[in-house]
Amino acid sequence: MGLTAPPRAGEQIATYDPASQESWVATRLDLLVNWGRANSLWPMPFGTACCAIEFMATAASRFDLARFGMERMSFSPRQADVLICAGRVPFKLAPVLRRIWQQMPQPKWCISMGACASSGGMFDNYAVVQGIDTIIPVDVYVPGCPPRPEGLLYGIMMLQEKVKRERMSDTTLRREMEPDPTSGLYIPAEAIDELSEPFGNSVQQTRSVL
Amino acid sequence: MSGAFTPVMTGSADPAAPRPVTPKAVPYRNGAVSPSAAALRAQFGDAIRRVAVVWGETTVVVEPGREGEIVRWLHDDPSQRYDYLSDVTAVEFRDVEAPIEVVWHLRSLPFRRFLRLKVELAKGGPLEVDSVWPVYKSADWLERECYDMFGIRFRGHPDLRRILMWEQYREGHPLRKDFPLRGRFSRSEQLRQALMANPEARYSMEELSIADAFDDLPEEIRHRLATGERTGE
Repeated sequence: MGLTAPPRAGEQIATYDPASQESWVATRLDLLVNWGRANSLWPMPFGTACCAIEFMATAASRFDLARFGMERMSFSPRQADVLICAGRVPFKLAPVLRRIWQQMPQPKWCISMGACASSGGMFDNYAVVQGIDTIIPVDVYVPGCPPRPEGLLYGIMMLQEKVKRERMSDTTLRREMEPDPTSGLYIPAEAIDELSEPFGNSVQQTRSVL
Repeated sequence: MSGAFTPVMTGSADPAAPRPVTPKAVPYRNGAVSPSAAALRAQFGDAIRRVAVVWGETTVVVEPGREGEIVRWLHDDPSQRYDYLSDVTAVEFRDVEAPIEVVWHLRSLPFRRFLRLKVELAKGGPLEVDSVWPVYKSADWLERECYDMFGIRFRGHPDLRRILMWEQYREGHPLRKDFPLRGRFSRSEQLRQALMANPEARYSMEELSIADAFDDLPEEIRHRLATGERTGE
């Protein structure tokens, strides 16, 4: 090709002939693995409310989740990559959601779909968890009540971006959360109380602090 | 318990009655009283406190303690045949002196009748009524829900546990007026108790048996389980 230096004595030079049918690519292993992961995220749908209806619409032909390599719904957490929590989660369901997340093998991600899953939404009451991030770690929050399929798709694409930027050298990425064995919480209790501070029209509600 | 299933034709007990039409211009009060109200007065006399007709539906308020036999009679008597229990619930009013009402919604398919039965319980006193489970098996979960949400105890219910909240729920009965909307505990404490509930220990795959979590169950449930009582039939 004109760029190679003249070979020294006894040295073998690898040559590349563009006319030959051989082809090869040099890249970082990270990029290859992340490319593969980001484009074949298998979702574990955890649908509890109206967000699940929008999620079904996202998976159906008009919005076609298959374009993102996610058409394979995994109804078992063992074969899932991304947990999509669509809908409100009552306290009674909190240990179930926690267990499902723990059953998913690494690498795994979580999308919190809709206002209720992200913050408790309008259900600022005795029965509903004020954001599933108090139970499990969340990667992407999709706002909306419920989010339109475009919103969920945007959240999924953001998750794909996040996956593509992961580096194998970052050892904190695949770390499992370790809940406190005495309380079951994985973030401090004060943080949970602060996260779930009342807002909106229910500020006047009284609550005794245990 | 029950024999072969025989279908009930709606209105079959009263074929001469006009066919039902969508009611129009139903008066708020003073509509037609259900014939069951007069029959109840004739049968039980003083046990019937008062009868009201609201939007064409008859409400009968009965004496506490008599509701079991009254419901039994309404179900068994050939002139009533209330064969379908559509709801058991309760109502609490904000006024301190207003009693808590327990409500039964009964329907007679053969006579095409609807009857609302109420019992008033003073707020200070024991919230106890008779279970109608011996008459209607469908009352099982309805009464459990009423117990869970209002704390009303149903005498004779075979398995009076919480049904919506988990069994170790300690904050009270959520639909009572003195229950704060967000519950009594802080969010972290609520989450801690919920995550510690360990539902798998309670509901095993083989049978809905109570296994590892026996010790943190309330006293009366432990007693009932220890004596071998099981849900329903």
